[in-house]
Amino acid sequence: MAYNEKVLDHYENPRNVGSLDKDDPSVGTGMVGAPACGDVMKLQIRVDDTGVIADAKFKTFGCGSAIASSSLVTEWLKGKSLDEALSIKNQQIADELALPPVKIHCSVLAEDAIKTAVSDYRKKQQGVG
Amino acid sequence: MIYLDHNATSPLRPQVLEAMLPFFTEGFGNPSSVHGSGRRARQGLDEARRRVAALLEVHESQIVFTSGGTESNNMAIFGQAARHKFRGHLVTSTVEHPAVLQVYERLQHYGMGVTLVGVDHNGCLHPEEVRAALQPDTVLLSLIHANNETGVIQPLAAISEACRADYPNLVIHTDAVQSVGKIAVRFAELGVDMLSLSAHKWGGPKGVGALVMDKHLAIDPWLLGGGQERGRRSGTENLPGIVGCGMVAASLQQTLTAEMERLQPLQRYLEQRLREALPGSHILGQQAAARLPNTTAWVMDGIQGETVVINLDLSGFAVSSGSACGSGRSHPSHVPTAMGIPAELAASMVRISLGWNTTQEEVERFVTAFIQVIKRLQQLSGSSGNG
Amino acid sequence: MKLPIYMDYQATTPMDPRVLEEMLPWFVEKFGNPASRSHAFGWEADQAVERAREQVAELLGADPREIVFTSGATESDNLAIQGVARFYQDKGRHIITLVTEHKAVLDTCRHLEAEGFQVTYLPVQRNGLLDLELLAAAITDQTILVSVMAANNETGVIQPLAAIGQICRQKKVLFHCDAAQGVGKMVLNVDAMQIDLLSLSAHKIYGPKGIGALYVRRRPRVRLKPFMHGGGHERGMRSGTLATPLLVGLGKACALSGAEMQEENRRVLELRNRLQQGIFSQLTHVVVNGDLEHRLAGNLNISFDYVEGESMMMAIKDVAVSSGSACTSASLEPSYVLRALGVSEEQAHTSIRFGLGRFTTAEEVDFVIQTVVHAVNRLREMSPLWEMAQAGIDVNSVQWGTH
Repeated sequence: MAYNEKVLDHYENPRNVGSLDKDDPSVGTGMVGAPACGDVMKLQIRVDDTGVIADAKFKTFGCGSAIASSSLVTEWLKGKSLDEALSIKNQQIADELALPPVKIHCSVLAEDAIKTAVSDYRKKQQGVG
Repeated sequence: MIYLDHNATSPLRPQVLEAMLPFFTEGFGNPSSVHGSGRRARQGLDEARRRVAALLEVHESQIVFTSGGTESNNMAIFGQAARHKFRGHLVTSTVEHPAVLQVYERLQHYGMGVTLVGVDHNGCLHPEEVRAALQPDTVLLSLIHANNETGVIQPLAAISEACRADYPNLVIHTDAVQSVGKIAVRFAELGVDMLSLSAHKWGGPKGVGALVMDKHLAIDPWLLGGGQERGRRSGTENLPGIVGCGMVAASLQQTLTAEMERLQPLQRYLEQRLREALPGSHILGQQAAARLPNTTAWVMDGIQGETVVINLDLSGFAVSSGSACGSGRSHPSHVPTAMGIPAELAASMVRISLGWNTTQEEVERFVTAFIQVIKRLQQLSGSSGNG
Repeated sequence: MKLPIYMDYQATTPMDPRVLEEMLPWFVEKFGNPASRSHAFGWEADQAVERAREQVAELLGADPREIVFTSGATESDNLAIQGVARFYQDKGRHIITLVTEHKAVLDTCRHLEAEGFQVTYLPVQRNGLLDLELLAAAITDQTILVSVMAANNETGVIQPLAAIGQICRQKKVLFHCDAAQGVGKMVLNVDAMQIDLLSLSAHKIYGPKGIGALYVRRRPRVRLKPFMHGGGHERGMRSGTLATPLLVGLGKACALSGAEMQEENRRVLELRNRLQQGIFSQLTHVVVNGDLEHRLAGNLNISFDYVEGESMMMAIKDVAVSSGSACTSASLEPSYVLRALGVSEEQAHTSIRFGLGRFTTAEEVDFVIQTVVHAVNRLREMSPLWEMAQAGIDVNSVQWGTH
């Protein structure tokens, strides 16, 4: 199958690869997928005092589309509020990267990762608060 | 050597070989592979599929590539029978190619009912007779489009219409191995659900053919394992062959009408000369409503077709005494017999089939040689024909 | 050095120019139908077909009359297994095969199961080899056929054919061997190995696509119900016009493989060892899947832990390799062959098959080593699993969600 140019760009020049301190209360971590399924995505967000996502990082084990999906959402997340982040739908990711039907699950995984990261952050905040 | 046996096989058109060559060398990938080499192979495959689809005016998803006409026929008939768990009834005609008749025979052994519909003395099927052969449990009607020996073209659209008046869900397959590439064949106009074709009968490569299927028809896969061709036909695709098939389809879209218009007068000339110079000559199916513009099945009392063919070979002309079939058996063909031609007359049959590279001059030289051979044979046997 | 580098010789091989050259005259000038018995065009084509038959037979140590031409190994497998099953079904309705066989064998067996045949799918050992005792124990008085491949398409693992042949002959069971990957790359002799039916394909041995053959033993005679009907070509066992150019190519490919096999295998094995050493000396957490000793010289199947196979293929896009079989890699399921060797799903997802062959050079191998090492390091940096492993977390102990 041929990859879309945007997928190739994100794959070859992934944005925001890396890790944030998962024990930092301002950091939310979402780890989704499973090695046995061929995809694991780790998405992390750092939220500033105003509730805006100041930074986002990812690491992904998976195909090019999975890497591109996670790279893309880290770009999208920065500067967004948590509610705005939660409004990102997998279809938007799939459309942006022109994912073929067999790769739609990559965008679903990315959406899951956002939700998990936000919920992890909120849980931590409740614990702190 | 002058070759007038195009219904057995037709020489590859040079531009087709040219289109194929890159796929033998740098474009050799396996279309199922994900990497670049596989993707380029896949593109070649898709392009060929579009071209064949365009020739028949169908959607590309309706084309399943196979190893040739025999496989297409087997796949269509077995696949449809298997879909019905080898139960029910099948109809075909008495003038089919062995690839169809033998599959029917096999299915009869499986316990399926089989009815053969006869043809008239012109080799034509009559729609109402075909309809009369159908039963409520008929799962398939398979009819040859143009006969390989006589070139007679069956009125498939009329047959389909007559049959579907009573049996709207009847599945119809046609063996169009001899018609595709020789006359304009538009899938939708024939009123069939499946159509078999073979590339090497019209200047494409040997070892490749296709089954054209109605979008809504599902049959059981026949060659299993690997799931190529959307699971309908497994096995690594014969990519250069398929590309060649696509190329010949593409060029015919441009030239088919001209080719037919060029061959028709040659055929008319050939048949007229033979009738005039050899009294007692008959052309099988001459009164048929439609016949291929390239095929002439000649018969005459008191002549042995085999002998004529051997003599012609010695004089440098390649024709045949019937269908080229795999076993090397020599016995009178079932086709003239089915048309009510007496066995002795049938044994005189010589099939002359013209093709894309046949010239006027070749036909003229052939006619002269043919007349000489027949006259010599008549002298030898002390017969003067029937005057 | 020309890019991309082709290292997927088990999917298909480039044609040997000598094969193509031999084929060319048979397309345009010598175009006759070998079944035409009435003129020289047909006769010369028929002679070419018979010459090809001899060349195929010679490579297998068979008699030319035992060779039936088909459209490829898939058709040969279908013909052999369905043909034997339908002919001998009154004798018994049990077939034995391996879980690691090619889909052409497995799908055909499944199809027969639906028709009421019994099929035993024997497991293989961790090295990919069949346990002969298991085979002997699985044969019953109902067994009519054992189908075992010569060499596996994903791992290159070679089965003990002679021993299998001996067991089958002793127990009076027919032995079919799918040798699509083995022919021309290992010594195969149908008599010494007591093989009754053998499938092969031209495009895996530098010949053309769309052509193959089935060897069918004459003494003691093996009978088949034909699969493709009509016209009665190939002594009634397989109908359809014989594609002369393709057959000439198959014959030549067999002749070349036979003449050059020993030297070629030595050279290819050297290249494979170079590839393996190059990768293993620079990367940790890499494993070879399948036995290294009983293996085709041209196959190396490696799992690169924590690096997903498809992204790896993208990362080394100048190198054509495959992740799993070429026939199934469009699906996202991990390879059933590797799973059968006890490779975990995780590791199956990280496997890459390197296929080396006649035109592979040392320079190409060195380039591949460099490219692969670079890609793995880069992808591991991006892999959350690698990060966990580096932190001492056992990835297998983590409770993963089901996705």
